[in-house]
Amino acid sequence: MSDRCMHAQFTVNGESVQAQVPVRMHLVDYLREEMGLTGSHLGCEHGVCGACQVMVDGQVVRGCLTLAIQADGKHVQTIEGLTENRELQKLQAAFLKHNAFQCGFCSAGMLLTALDITQHHKNASREEIKELISGNYCRCTGYQAIVDAIESVLHANLSSSSTQSGVKV
Amino acid sequence: MKSPDFEYVKAKNLEDVFASLHAYKDSAQILAGGQSLLAMLNLRMANPQILIDISGIDKLKGIEKSGNTLRIGALTTHNEILNSDLVRLHVPLLSQAVPYVAHLAIRNKGTIGGSLALGDPAAEYPAVALALNASLVIQNAKGERRIKAQDFFISLYKTAVQPEELLVAVEFPIATSNQKFVFMELARRMGDYAMVGLALALTMDGKTIRECAISLMAMDDKPILAPSAMKSLAGQQIHSESILQAQNALDKDLDPPGDLQANAATKKHLARVLLSRALTQAGESHV
Repeated sequence: MSDRCMHAQFTVNGESVQAQVPVRMHLVDYLREEMGLTGSHLGCEHGVCGACQVMVDGQVVRGCLTLAIQADGKHVQTIEGLTENRELQKLQAAFLKHNAFQCGFCSAGMLLTALDITQHHKNASREEIKELISGNYCRCTGYQAIVDAIESVLHANLSSSSTQSGVKV
Repeated sequence: MKSPDFEYVKAKNLEDVFASLHAYKDSAQILAGGQSLLAMLNLRMANPQILIDISGIDKLKGIEKSGNTLRIGALTTHNEILNSDLVRLHVPLLSQAVPYVAHLAIRNKGTIGGSLALGDPAAEYPAVALALNASLVIQNAKGERRIKAQDFFISLYKTAVQPEELLVAVEFPIATSNQKFVFMELARRMGDYAMVGLALALTMDGKTIRECAISLMAMDDKPILAPSAMKSLAGQQIHSESILQAQNALDKDLDPPGDLQANAATKKHLARVLLSRALTQAGESHV
C-alpha cells in the first residue's frame, strides 16, 4: 500500500532528520522501522501501556499517540539518546540495584516517566510516585521494585542538593 | 493496529482551519492533542478523510480571567490546567478534576478543547462544564457563538459543534466565596475511564444550601445532571437525613447502561456512595 507522505524535518537524539514521512505512521513506528531505534517498545498501541514513550521537546509523550509528521520542527529523544548522554544514569543504576528491570519490555517507558518525576516532582512521596507511574504498565515486577528505585534517586538528589546548599538534614 | 490512511494538513491559523473544514465538511477531523483521536484511529474507530492539525495555532492556548469568567483556550493541555494558579483560585472544581484525567505523558499533550469536543460521557471536563454550566465558545468563518454546556452535549461523541465549526475556548464562571465544590471519581486504575464520577457545586447561605448542581459521568450517553437530587438538596443543611434523601432522589435520576466495568445496579450504587462522600466532604469544609 502506498501511503501518502509529507516532508518533515526534526532531530532525533540531536541528529538532524529530513525525510518523507508517511502521514498515518505514528512516531514510534517511524523510530523503530525507519531509523532502527528499537529501544522504544510498542505494546498496546492505543495509549494505555506507556511502553512507547519518548521525549518531544523535553516532554514525555506517548509515541503511539503522536504522528511522526507531528514531530516536524521538534526535538525527539529516545531511550537510546538519553542513555548515551547519561541523563538516565542514576535511574538506570537504581533500577538495576533494586531489580526493577525484569523482562525489560516496560523499562524504556518507565524510565522516561521516572526522569520526568526526578525533573518535575522532586519531592514526590512514595504514594505520589505510585500515582505518577500509574500510566505505565509493568507485568513482571509488581511495581514495588520500580517505586523503590525511583524513591531512592529522589532521596539521593534531595540530600545532595541540601548538602550543596549547606543545609543539614 | 495501525491507523487507516488519511490526508494531513497543519493549519497555520484559523483561516486555514475554516478553509479546510469548508472543503472537506464532515469528512474532516480536527487534530488537537490527539490523545483520544490517535487511539481511535489506531483502533479503526475513526476513518476521516483528512486530519486538520490545529496544534500550532498559539491563539487557541492559554488561560485568562476576563470579568466574571475564566476563559481557557481549546489547546490548553491538562498539565497546564493542573499547574494553573488561576484555575485553582477561580475554578476549584476543575482543579479537583484534572488529576483524574489520564496519566502523566497523556496530560502533556491532551487538551481541554479536545476532550470537550469529543464529548465522551466518561470524561471529566464535560461533567465539570455541565455542573458549572460553562459556556463553550464555537467559531466558524463568519464569527463566533456561545452555547451553554447544558445544550452542548447531545449524545455519545456528539456535540453542538457543526461540521464547519471549531470549539475555540471554554468559559467557566468564577467561583464566589459562598460556593463549595467537590469532584470525585471511581475507576479501576487512577487515570483510566471512570466507572462513575460526580461533580458537585453548592452555593451556600451560611449552612443552608441555596443552589445545588450535581453532574455525573459514565451514567448515560452524555454527562447528565441529577435534577431530583438537586431539588431535594435546595434549602437543606447537610446532615445524614438530607444526604439519605438526596441519595434516594438520585435513584430516580439515573438509568445507566451497564458496561465492561460495572453493571447498571453497581453503577447506581456507586453513584449513591459518591454523592454521600461528596456531600459529607462539602459539609466538613468551611466556606
